[in-house]
Amino acid sequence: MGAQLRIYRQKIRSAQTTKKITKAMELIAASRIQKAQQRVAASGPYSRAVTRAVSAAATYSNAKHILTTEPEKIERAAIVIFSSDRGLAGAFNTNVVREAGELEARLRAEGKDVVHYLIGRKAIAYFNFRKRPIEKAWFGNTENPAPDLAHEIGQTLVDRFIQLASEGGVDEIHIVYNRFVSMLTQVPEVVRLLPLEIVEGAEPAGERIVQPLYEFEPEEAGVLDALLPVYIESRIFNAMLQSAASKHAATQKAMKSASDNADKLIIDYTRLSNNARQAEITQQISEIVGGADALASA
Amino acid sequence: MPLTVSVVSAEQEVWNGEAKQVIARTQIGEIGILSGHEPVLAILAAGTVRITQSDGNLVVASAEDGFLSVDHDVVTVVARNAELVSEGQKQH
Repeated sequence: MGAQLRIYRQKIRSAQTTKKITKAMELIAASRIQKAQQRVAASGPYSRAVTRAVSAAATYSNAKHILTTEPEKIERAAIVIFSSDRGLAGAFNTNVVREAGELEARLRAEGKDVVHYLIGRKAIAYFNFRKRPIEKAWFGNTENPAPDLAHEIGQTLVDRFIQLASEGGVDEIHIVYNRFVSMLTQVPEVVRLLPLEIVEGAEPAGERIVQPLYEFEPEEAGVLDALLPVYIESRIFNAMLQSAASKHAATQKAMKSASDNADKLIIDYTRLSNNARQAEITQQISEIVGGADALASA
Repeated sequence: MPLTVSVVSAEQEVWNGEAKQVIARTQIGEIGILSGHEPVLAILAAGTVRITQSDGNLVVASAEDGFLSVDHDVVTVVARNAELVSEGQKQH
């Protein structure tokens, strides 16, 4: 067997094995999207209820609360980046990190100091490689986020927010995550978490035009104290779930195109190897014919 | 008019249905809610929420770290770790 032919056969085999792996990963991701999407949907009632309650509390209370009032001067802002633990998901992690970078540039242009909180190994690796400071990082289980982790992250952020800026606290918190739009589209999204900009969820208007006057138990400030960390936590948990669902969808898409590319490579190399084999045979025939001629004329 | 009650935890909706009475423990004491109650936003203390369904059956759910909102006969019990303790016993 000729050297050229052997090389082509090696390449075909290598493309075939790669395809087996990417195909398997594609199928695994596809089967997990369903579940991740269900979790996003299942957490919907909670975040809707929390958002509605926070809206009500913020709208009907006159109490000046640290979490709802805009500080006069914002010295330091925190950016929370939701990435994944594993790669092979196309532009999934690149997108959030780039979006966060743009946000950081914008904040710095406004004269704010920026600190980073990271979730997922990929963002941590990006920051470590560039030797950029990380305030705090969490990793593990980004594909299947637990509410307890959201609680911990929320607590950390609220604590840091309550601190005075002169003592190292932050005045503003932004989150950057991939929002799951559909199987084909995931959009990196930037949301300012604190101070609150409450957007009333997609509530059907009309039926209840007049919002009721609320009774607070205990007093307004106490309700806000208890409610806002819960709200932050629910937003963070939602971002984690969206990010997980987006990751699976991105992986599926990336692995699908990898499998398709492997298919194309296999076809191309098969053609080339057929060509090489034919050329080898032609050469052998002409050698034999040439040899026979030489013998006959001798 | 019956109350529309839903109990939700961070991960899913635990229970929803119609009821005639909801009793919960807030930080300053027990609160009982019947149809026509004024809108309330209350922080719950650790404990259980007892929901009496329209047919008299009792649903008990544990709610920790949560709050309760009442608005136009819609009662929402929201807690990070809400769980159904028992369902469908006849109340004595």
